[in-house]
Amino acid sequence: MNTRFSTSISTSTSTHASRSPGGRRDDRKHIPKADRKGLYQRAIRASFTKLNPRVAVRNPVMFVVWLGTIVTLLVTLNPNLFGTVQAEIGKQRLLNGIITCILFFTVLFANFAEAVAEGRGKAQADALRSTRSDMVARQLLPDGRIQEINSTELRRGDQVKVIVGDMIPADGEVIQGIGSVDESAITGESAPVLKQTGTDIASSVTGGTRLLSDELIVRITADPGQGFIDRMIALVEGAERTKTPNEIALTVLLAVLTQVFLIVVATTPAISGYIAGFLDHAVGAAAGNSLRAGTSIAILISLLVALIPTTIGGLLSAIGIAGMDRVAQFNVIATSGRAVEACGDVNTLVLDKTGTITLGNRLADEFIPVNGHSVQEVAHVCLAASVFDETPEGRSIVQLAQKLGAKFDLDESAEGIEFSARTRMSGTDLNGQEFRKGAVDAIKGFVRSRGGQVPTTLDEAYEQVSRMGGTPLAVCQGNEIYGVIYLKDIVKPGLRERFDQLRRMGVKTIMLTGDNRITASVIAKEAGVDDFIAEATPEDKIDVIRSEQAQGKLVAMTGDGTNDAPALAQANVGLAMNSGTQAAKEAANMVDLDSDPTKLIDLVTIGKQLLITRGALTTFSVANDIAKYFAIIPTIFAAAGIGALNIMELKSAQSAIVSALIYNALIIPVLIPLALRGVQFRPLTADQLLQRNILIYGLGGIIAPFIAIKAIDLVLPLS
Amino acid sequence: MLQGWIQIALTLLILVAITPFFGRYIARVFMRQRTILDSVLNPLDKAIFALSGVRAKEMTGWQYARAVLYSNLAMLVFIYLIFMLQGSLPFSPTGLNAPSWDLALHTAISFVTNTNQQHYSGETTYSYFSQFAALGFMMFTSAGTGIAVAIAFIRGLTGRPLGNFYVDLIQSITRILLPISLVGAILLIAAGIPETLAGPAIVPTLENPEISQAIARGPVAHFEIIKELGENGGGFFGINSAHPFENPNGFTNLIELVALLSVPTSLIVTYGIFANNLKQAWLVYSIPLAILIGFIVITTIGEYQGNPAVNALLGGQAPNLEGKEVRFGWAQSALFAVFTTASMCGAVNSMHDSFMPNGDFVTLSNLFLQIVFGGQGTGTAYLFTYLILAVFVTGLMVGRTPEFLGRKIEKREVVLASFLILLVHPIAILIPAAITLAFPEQLAGISNPGFHGLSQVIYEYASAAANNGSGFEGLGDGTLWWNLSTSFSLLAGRYIPIVALLLLADGMSRKQPVPATAGTLRTDTALFTGITAGVILILGALTFFPALALGPVAEAFQIVKGIG
Repeated sequence: MNTRFSTSISTSTSTHASRSPGGRRDDRKHIPKADRKGLYQRAIRASFTKLNPRVAVRNPVMFVVWLGTIVTLLVTLNPNLFGTVQAEIGKQRLLNGIITCILFFTVLFANFAEAVAEGRGKAQADALRSTRSDMVARQLLPDGRIQEINSTELRRGDQVKVIVGDMIPADGEVIQGIGSVDESAITGESAPVLKQTGTDIASSVTGGTRLLSDELIVRITADPGQGFIDRMIALVEGAERTKTPNEIALTVLLAVLTQVFLIVVATTPAISGYIAGFLDHAVGAAAGNSLRAGTSIAILISLLVALIPTTIGGLLSAIGIAGMDRVAQFNVIATSGRAVEACGDVNTLVLDKTGTITLGNRLADEFIPVNGHSVQEVAHVCLAASVFDETPEGRSIVQLAQKLGAKFDLDESAEGIEFSARTRMSGTDLNGQEFRKGAVDAIKGFVRSRGGQVPTTLDEAYEQVSRMGGTPLAVCQGNEIYGVIYLKDIVKPGLRERFDQLRRMGVKTIMLTGDNRITASVIAKEAGVDDFIAEATPEDKIDVIRSEQAQGKLVAMTGDGTNDAPALAQANVGLAMNSGTQAAKEAANMVDLDSDPTKLIDLVTIGKQLLITRGALTTFSVANDIAKYFAIIPTIFAAAGIGALNIMELKSAQSAIVSALIYNALIIPVLIPLALRGVQFRPLTADQLLQRNILIYGLGGIIAPFIAIKAIDLVLPLS
Repeated sequence: MLQGWIQIALTLLILVAITPFFGRYIARVFMRQRTILDSVLNPLDKAIFALSGVRAKEMTGWQYARAVLYSNLAMLVFIYLIFMLQGSLPFSPTGLNAPSWDLALHTAISFVTNTNQQHYSGETTYSYFSQFAALGFMMFTSAGTGIAVAIAFIRGLTGRPLGNFYVDLIQSITRILLPISLVGAILLIAAGIPETLAGPAIVPTLENPEISQAIARGPVAHFEIIKELGENGGGFFGINSAHPFENPNGFTNLIELVALLSVPTSLIVTYGIFANNLKQAWLVYSIPLAILIGFIVITTIGEYQGNPAVNALLGGQAPNLEGKEVRFGWAQSALFAVFTTASMCGAVNSMHDSFMPNGDFVTLSNLFLQIVFGGQGTGTAYLFTYLILAVFVTGLMVGRTPEFLGRKIEKREVVLASFLILLVHPIAILIPAAITLAFPEQLAGISNPGFHGLSQVIYEYASAAANNGSGFEGLGDGTLWWNLSTSFSLLAGRYIPIVALLLLADGMSRKQPVPATAGTLRTDTALFTGITAGVILILGALTFFPALALGPVAEAFQIVKGIG
């Protein structure tokens, strides 16, 4: 049990493999796995189709490279196209040809990065989609007739009849009937789920799940292509992807940097041309011409491409798509990239106690005898009162009693007394003996009605349990109260550590519970949440979100009921459970197919990881410019006597340019795995994270290209 | 050697020592708290407001920007008319007539933009009236405009409404520039600087009493102090602070040095008080201070070691004193050159053209960076804009959408910040420089061809675009092409950033601040300050790497090798 919630929240496969059902999709048995066969072949093909200018123009940085490639191709065909070059034509053509090839590959690599990310997303989407291939639906016409149509023709508001063995054709709500549904295709949970009309939570069904018994009338709630899964498919495939606000801002910065370097490079020939004219007089025409050769059009384009932020420009969209893909792997459906990014910014998590912080059911932890009875006696009565109780609480009482050595022989005459809201107790009748357990007040009443006395120690025991944050149940046999059962809320193992990590990351947790203050404070303390709201109503949920937001904070919450819908809509990140109502799912911006509210914490990590990856590669890309400048400028301006600045001692201007460009091109595929996987996230404070990442990606970004360019220059057979 | 270093260290010490006091005073003025001069100035302010019809209404970013643009346009027209009509206006003892229209236009634009780039010699071009009514007037109002913009920017960044431009302009003059100028002018008169409306003194020369000489003079002292304090830099005389009537001795030189950097340094402390974070203010302060000290060292070493070619002739090492006043020597000349280009003042006490390449490299880099304390008000705003850019580039690495002072940096902020910091400057410098250099014979008027000539041209546009105004000199820059092309750089370098800064501040002030948590990137740490310095050097300086490489760097190698 302890291994289920690992203390580490890194998203590495190993950690989550053991977590169910919240682990990664690929690690599960029940669900279709993402099929990645042929991924790379398809990506290579897509790298070429993305050369289409109408597609390419969406990425301004890489589009400049693409245009540069065309120009260098032209000067390869005719080196004197833009004015006579000052080098030997054959040599110049060879250099221009090499530059053209490298630039072309730079564009291809960037396209490939995007295509791989899209391909992985698509594989993920196909896995989701395989659950919902076209099928025949029985549409229920208003006149009561049934017409068989293709499920894709169903529209919102249509009613369909689903009979045993059928796939449910689309997302909808049960309006009539009761039946069990196999949702394993989506959730991976093999146990069938009971669906019936009227009940808040159990009335919503998802397209692609299978009805195992009876028949249902379902009202369709989504047009085809508008269901949650359809939206997610569109997001991970990348086709319909709209850029997130942060991505747009970053694209602007990259575009401005590109323009700055365009100006720098475009003004260079005039500036160096003036110096060349001076050298003609002062040193000789050879020096002037050598400087002019250093600023030929192909070399200038090379300088431009080296300086503009191609690394991040080429990987930016792949990072975004991969982020969505990671969310999908967790079996969470996000309706927008913005929602995933917002996860990283979340300041406050509003969490329901039951099901999120504690296991859904309370378990018997202790029997507290009253009235002079021994623990064994109490255990015996508890066992007797609970043998027919099939609820998890009842089972846990049986288990605890048996552990304490209690035995109870059933015979035919034994009769179970069911719990009812009126009596608030349950129990067993055997040979005229009445064993009962239930709410303390109810048992008091029962005992009095049988002429018994309520022992004074009962209230002490009751208070003791309350103080420990538990729920007290009294047990009696006939008119005698034997003791109190301490039903304990079990905090999910490992949660405390995760809350600690969240606190270190600056995320505050607030627990909401219907329990009284005392009970709530005990659980809050045990789980390690920062704040709690006891005796909370659904209105409190929205109030707490509003008050946090009024302080400028971003709030994330989970919910499943219809009365959670307003709060889900109000929260910046609303994660609805798939088992929840349609209204809740509509209001949320994410749906968890596994209905595991704890996943909200994973989503925070994924959101942060996405932003960190983007920032790290931007920093790396910009820091690279220093080395590229020092490789290219001193060598192409060597005739001006600044050769001493060639601190890498590169062989020649041609070798320096080609080396810098090869580095520039190769760094994209080298970083693709990082872009797709994401920078490893550690639950550290912002200052620690910055320090760590600036060392790796900032300082690394300054040093790495110096080493790489020098190494390429050494092995390059150019003189 | 030691004496020179002590002079430099003392000047820096005085400069740093006065910033907390001056910065606090500026903050009090603009936070509308009580200041010592209230009893005198409150009635004066009221009278000015009543006379000019200014209502102290809060302005939005656009309103503030429009107020800057309209008022500056009105002043531009006003002083242009004075220049063109100076022949018929009083106070012209030498009977000067109107200059050429393009020179007058360039002068007017140059003074409205707080640049004071001078393509003329004051004593032979502009009358006393033009000097004090047009140029002197603009020295106060253009500097006041800069301070007002900086204050509005700081207010916006710290979540306050921007304020009212007219009120800020008037108060920056009445409470900061005018009182200090009054005291300063009296000190300078005491130190020997003339303040007179009399015409040039005609005196017999010492060598031959038969021949007499006209010595230019005029109302110099009051002009001199605001020239430095307002980071204007326009000299009363052609040779600026090298002239013995503008800067007669070491004492006046010290006053001028401290005055010309006092406002941009103090404004950082003012920010700290507005943001209630003095720690951050001093950390930010350390970035330009470190760069400044580094630049001083580079320049002074070059000047102290002198020119190897000259040293070879002399047979020993001597400081480079060409183009310098002996009363200042290598140390104070080098220090002045670094200070004046760092601060966007542009006054000079020596010929920058005659500096060793080290000095060329430093003065050009100062103009490229614009934040080594930088222009009156704008330098401080640029510095914080760099901080915002650094937050945006590296802030993502903590896993949150970048935020500065609790306010998110989004598309609008990135557009404004990157545009104004990264794009305007190269456009205003490199494009006209490239055009000029493409036609060196026709346009440039370079006196010293080669690498140095390249530096001359780049410097002239950099000085214009950064609103510095100092001249590298040695350039025949009084031509139609130079007047008009630098006017473009002057205007682009001044008003596009000001509008962008105001809009940026306005947007920031309207954002809901997010409370800081452990997950928030803290911008007041040594680590982040270091990162900002890196971003400034990579984004701000690398842009001009090719120009620097072919200019001062190539020249340095040339001198070492002795070619050309």
